Amino acid sequence: MKKLESLKEAVTPFRQAHEIGWRDFEPGFVLTEVASSGHYHTGDWRSRRPVWDESRCIQCGVCWIYCPDMAVRRKPDGYFEANYDYCKGCGICARECVTQCIRMEDER
Amino acid sequence: MTDDQGMTTCGPGCGWPKPPGQPLPANLNVYVSNLIPREEYFAAGHRGCQGCGLALAVRLALKAAGPDVIVVTATGCLEIITTPLPYTAWGVPWIHVAFENTAATASGIEAALKVLRRKGRIPDRKVRVLAFAGDGGTADIGLQALSGALERGHDLTYICLDNEAYMNTGVQRSGATPFGASTTTSPAGRRSIGQQTWKKPMPAIAAAHNIPYVATANPSYPFDFIQKVRRAMDTEGPAYIHAYSACPTGWRSATDLSIHIGRLATETGVFPLYEVVRGRHILNYDPPVLQPLKEYLRLQPRFRHLTDDDIARIEARVWREYEALKRRAEFDAKEEKRLKREEARVRRLARARAKGSRE
Amino acid sequence: MNPTLERRVGMEDSHAIALAVRQCNVDVVAAYPITPQTHIVEKLAEMVANGELDAEFVPVESEHSAMTVCVGAEATGARTFTCTSSQGLILMSEIVYIASAMRLPCVMVLANRSLSGPLSIWCDHSDVMSIRDCGWIQTFAENGQEVYDLVFHAYRVAEMPEVLTPVILNVDGFYLTHVVESLLVADQEVVDRYLPPYRPRYALHPDRAVTMGAYGVPELFTEAKKAQDEALRATYPSIVKAWQEWGDLTGRHYHPVETYRTEGARVLLFTMGSIGQTAMVAVDAMREQGWPVGLVKLRLWRPFPHEDLRRAVAGAEHLVVLDRAVSFGGPGGPVASEVRSALYGQAGAPVVHDFIVGLAGRDVAVPDFEAMVREVLARKSAPRHEDYVIYGARE
Repeated sequence: MKKLESLKEAVTPFRQAHEIGWRDFEPGFVLTEVASSGHYHTGDWRSRRPVWDESRCIQCGVCWIYCPDMAVRRKPDGYFEANYDYCKGCGICARECVTQCIRMEDER
Repeated sequence: MTDDQGMTTCGPGCGWPKPPGQPLPANLNVYVSNLIPREEYFAAGHRGCQGCGLALAVRLALKAAGPDVIVVTATGCLEIITTPLPYTAWGVPWIHVAFENTAATASGIEAALKVLRRKGRIPDRKVRVLAFAGDGGTADIGLQALSGALERGHDLTYICLDNEAYMNTGVQRSGATPFGASTTTSPAGRRSIGQQTWKKPMPAIAAAHNIPYVATANPSYPFDFIQKVRRAMDTEGPAYIHAYSACPTGWRSATDLSIHIGRLATETGVFPLYEVVRGRHILNYDPPVLQPLKEYLRLQPRFRHLTDDDIARIEARVWREYEALKRRAEFDAKEEKRLKREEARVRRLARARAKGSRE
Repeated sequence: MNPTLERRVGMEDSHAIALAVRQCNVDVVAAYPITPQTHIVEKLAEMVANGELDAEFVPVESEHSAMTVCVGAEATGARTFTCTSSQGLILMSEIVYIASAMRLPCVMVLANRSLSGPLSIWCDHSDVMSIRDCGWIQTFAENGQEVYDLVFHAYRVAEMPEVLTPVILNVDGFYLTHVVESLLVADQEVVDRYLPPYRPRYALHPDRAVTMGAYGVPELFTEAKKAQDEALRATYPSIVKAWQEWGDLTGRHYHPVETYRTEGARVLLFTMGSIGQTAMVAVDAMREQGWPVGLVKLRLWRPFPHEDLRRAVAGAEHLVVLDRAVSFGGPGGPVASEVRSALYGQAGAPVVHDFIVGLAGRDVAVPDFEAMVREVLARKSAPRHEDYVIYGARE
């Protein structure tokens, strides 16, 4: 069973909707590539982005567990960051952070 | 109570959120998030709104379910945000058929798994069936299929993602819309308070089918949520979970407040956390004092037309229903103890009789 | 055909269907009762209860859920069965369209019955005519033997890897459900030779996760429907091949269009379903009197066999189409309108006459056929598209 901690690499190039011809469908329009939503970067939606102040972060994981978009990930050093490809800037992580160490900054 | 930023906290001793300048919490429960499995079976890139409560509910449910699951979803927000051809956000087998038949689809899958395993056509291991539907797809159009599936006793878990309206089609009222909420088909106006009827009690309806497990769950309490989904999936037979799903788009609330509003729903008694295990009600969390309903309502513009009198009226009913639930849980606990004592007494009598007859 | 590999029994047609379903070793039966299909599900319930059929019998709470259970079970890789009529079909029709779009090889027996209103439990084709566009393969049986044989054909065709399309077998309600007939029942060995186990192309299972039922955005919806259309058209050779295979095994051959005494016929009757049996008797009677009459019977309704139809009616002057449903405000008889369309622009095509008969099981007897042929021959000009007759309606 594939683990989905990071964006899957597609084996074949992913065809978008407007590129698909009628012969390209599987019978019944079955989709065989799991988690292909990763090809669509919802990070484009953002108008604000979360930024961590690691000097105040206690690595509790609350920001990670509450993200509805699975867009907060733990770095190898144990601190957290947003996956800006998908982060929609909802601000839940900043609101829920126990030490209030996450700031929502305007997207440049 | 409110802190110095005007944010409602869940009372003394809650511990979070902590504004800058405050001492760090000594409450080590804060770190429990790190114990939750890291695997995700629900992928980023789904088209849910910012702050979508049901997306988080599904994420948590799939963490609880693990990979050996087949998921069914009704037409609605979840289906739309996860599967616009050719994309899919699902990392587990998944099917969508129509709007009102989630429970029937799940029934068909469950029946097939049973017979195929028996006939040796699929591997001999347990694969569970998990169904998601919205409040409209459960309490209104989906009620028949759900009732049939519960009565037939299929081994499946059904989670109602309750955002309290038909959100996907543009925030129209459903049978689960709470009294006084403004939706597009129950708009607040000069002649209307908004939704004019009280929320259909879906957990009670499910429990009335005498199924082995019913629970309410709230993604604002993620550990409780995960535990309940696990319990539901481990239950032999039908299990029903009613999941609170904050909807910033439909409720017009700020996207960052979804978890906070969910917490308030439970803290004010609007959405109590409880289970019904083989008919026995268990209140999972009984706050020492219910927060004033106003704290919950004022964060959601769908309620902003309500007067103080309206709020008082609603609050009285919320408190009444909460008290009834609490008393029911106490009664059920006492009843269970009494039944155990009674059984023990009957067993003692039977043993004594048997001993007497042997002599 | 080895005569020891079948035996002759007297059996109610519903029970013959149940027997065939049992011999196909289905995995899941979704059952909701509606007259006149009830004996089929009752018999299947009995077989499961007695351990004669190892299947999950799911007594659903409505026909909509019956078709849904079949869809869910097929998607998981199980062979399923359900049956319904009339109102039940209409109720489940939402899912009927979805099953074919999802290319799930469900098999459904439709015991044709009138659509309400007024309420009627008796036989006509208004129910099946309401789902002409649903995308399923649709066939018609005429008698108990066909009812039995065509169940095997349905599963064989539906599950062929190049087909993967659901099949509706139409059997006239009461006429082909409650009547007791003498049939040749195939030995299980024959059935097993004909019908291999179902191997789904995709199935819901964690060992190979797939997504089924994603929604179609406008950018690709046209392509999706074209894919479905091409797939249904392409099933024709497989349907014919599956009938050929059954014919080779049992000696009973079936075809998309069948004819009876059409040589030299000036007038051809055109029927679907059990009425064709009486029509054959009527043709014999009329030929006896020297009338140049023959019969064309449509067995394959979808995909519509245009070429077979044109070949079968070539040379005749008049085609008397007997419809058992009314398309109100439109062409009157649905079958007649499709036949007319198939013959449009064809040189030398017969004139199409549309009679609507047999509504709610009303009997159509030999004198009625004679009356219709006489009327057709007396007509001075060809009827227009909207000139249909609801035969025998009292003033």
